[in-house]
Amino acid sequence: MTGNIKIAIASGKGGTGKTLVSTNLFYLLQQQGYVVTLVDCDAEEPNAMVFFDGKVEKTNDIKQKIPVIDASKCTFCGKCHEYCNYNAIFLLPESEIISVIEDLCHGCGACSVACNAGAISEKDVSLGIVTSFRVSEKSKIIEARMKVGVYSPVSIIKEANKEAGNHGIIIMDSPPGTSCPFIQTVSTADYVILVTEPTPFGLSDLKQSVNTLKTMSKSYGVIINRAGLGDKAIYSYLQQESIPLLLEIPFDKTIASAYSRGKIVLEHNPQLLQSFATMLTAILEKYGNRHNQR
Amino acid sequence: MEIAIISGKGGTGKSSISAAFATLKERVVLADCDVDAANLYLLFNPTHEEEQIYIGGQKATIDYSICTNCGLCIDYCRFGAIDLLSEKVVIIDTSCDGCKLCSRICPEEAITMIDNDKSRMFAGTFRNGKMTYGRLAPGEENSGKLVNLVRDKALQLAKSENLDTIIIDGPPGIGCPVISSITGVDHVVIVTEPSLSGIHDLKRTIEITSKFNLKTWIIINKHDLNPEMTNQIESYCNGINLKIAAKLLFDPQVVEAMVQCKSAIEHVPISDFSTGIQAAFTQITSE
Repeated sequence: MTGNIKIAIASGKGGTGKTLVSTNLFYLLQQQGYVVTLVDCDAEEPNAMVFFDGKVEKTNDIKQKIPVIDASKCTFCGKCHEYCNYNAIFLLPESEIISVIEDLCHGCGACSVACNAGAISEKDVSLGIVTSFRVSEKSKIIEARMKVGVYSPVSIIKEANKEAGNHGIIIMDSPPGTSCPFIQTVSTADYVILVTEPTPFGLSDLKQSVNTLKTMSKSYGVIINRAGLGDKAIYSYLQQESIPLLLEIPFDKTIASAYSRGKIVLEHNPQLLQSFATMLTAILEKYGNRHNQR
Repeated sequence: MEIAIISGKGGTGKSSISAAFATLKERVVLADCDVDAANLYLLFNPTHEEEQIYIGGQKATIDYSICTNCGLCIDYCRFGAIDLLSEKVVIIDTSCDGCKLCSRICPEEAITMIDNDKSRMFAGTFRNGKMTYGRLAPGEENSGKLVNLVRDKALQLAKSENLDTIIIDGPPGIGCPVISSITGVDHVVIVTEPSLSGIHDLKRTIEITSKFNLKTWIIINKHDLNPEMTNQIESYCNGINLKIAAKLLFDPQVVEAMVQCKSAIEHVPISDFSTGIQAAFTQITSE
């Protein structure tokens, strides 16, 4: 079976169960014989490979350009300093001191354009690695892994999504929050599954995600994880806003414990497997094969 | 004294633990630095005494009455943020990094930069002292600068109000905002949980804290969910000389406290969680 759709799994709050949902959906799609790719876009803390074995097919070192200033050619005119919108060039013209603050540099190249003295060249620095793992004949996992200490995961996420292409079903495990990394992940999605928990924190962060997805005109639904804990406020919010409740995953120590050991919960929970399957069929029928025949 | 509570992995209980720390003493300063998902104001409902606009970079915008569609900006943009869509040059907002190069090189001067000015820093009073927090507008770069603003305000309040303890609730992950939340603090507390993902993220987080040579403590939350994995974390931490400040049992009452808009210390003062937090705080602050 084939089908083309990109589904992003996201949540405002961290630790609500995004990876639980994405890895189990991936497992289910595998079982059903689909061509499926799981993209782990949580580049700061990628975890999907904790749950699967795979053979490395391809690694891609993601680099950024950083300027190198040749002080012997520099006239200390200050134009590069003026062009840099990130304050990444430190300049003391009177003392003829100039240097690049690499941690602040975004690699835009503006300083090179600014320099008339030919004093700026560029070097590559590594931001992280995108790895493709072959899990089975029809399934693979693409992991975006940011290097510790890098300022932003966005460019690594972008490359991972590019690597995933458009073929088959693509599940994207999004980073938490609603800032740049989240937008970068969901912007190409045909459908977004928001995972939340029935607590005041979960609700507050869900609202922020929903408002963001509304401005992006995305289709979305909600999974409530750890149902049974917390309170009922989230249910009235969903009803009020007419947001589809896709699934409830009950709070259950056996689920938490299996997940903690890197196990796929659906393998030993037929009831939950059935609910996942029903949800998946509905999403694929409604949103599959539509927009992403790019 | 500044104590930052972080955790690589989200949902380990970082905010519940920060809330508990913040209610142990009569008066503290609490800084919610998880600006992408600030939550502690929900529990503490602080007064609104101060609000500051935070400019989180810029975005390019094209004036089509001037643009000649020459496409020069497309060649210069390294973020893939300018594209030709049906013969019209367009900026892709979600990719624009705000470097301003396109605006500088446009021969027609058709591109201007607009400030991202939707994010805010707030400060006010809550029942246990002063509180500062930030709110990053959706889609903006979480650069850590808003975190700095929240921390600066917290320091200022600590000084003017003569409060000696600042509790910082940090963001998840290991990126720039996390680094901003921990640089220069007196103690970092990493909250983890006994799961494979928890251990994986803990190791990456320790990589960050050791880079900055910070006094680091570990709290293993919900340790009973997987005793074997808890042992693994403990021996890992022992091996690299990191102290375990507390091991806390999973307790639905901690969630219940949140629903009641209280910290666990306020809601269930006599519990494994609360006594564990109390002991951890004493141990950390006495060192």
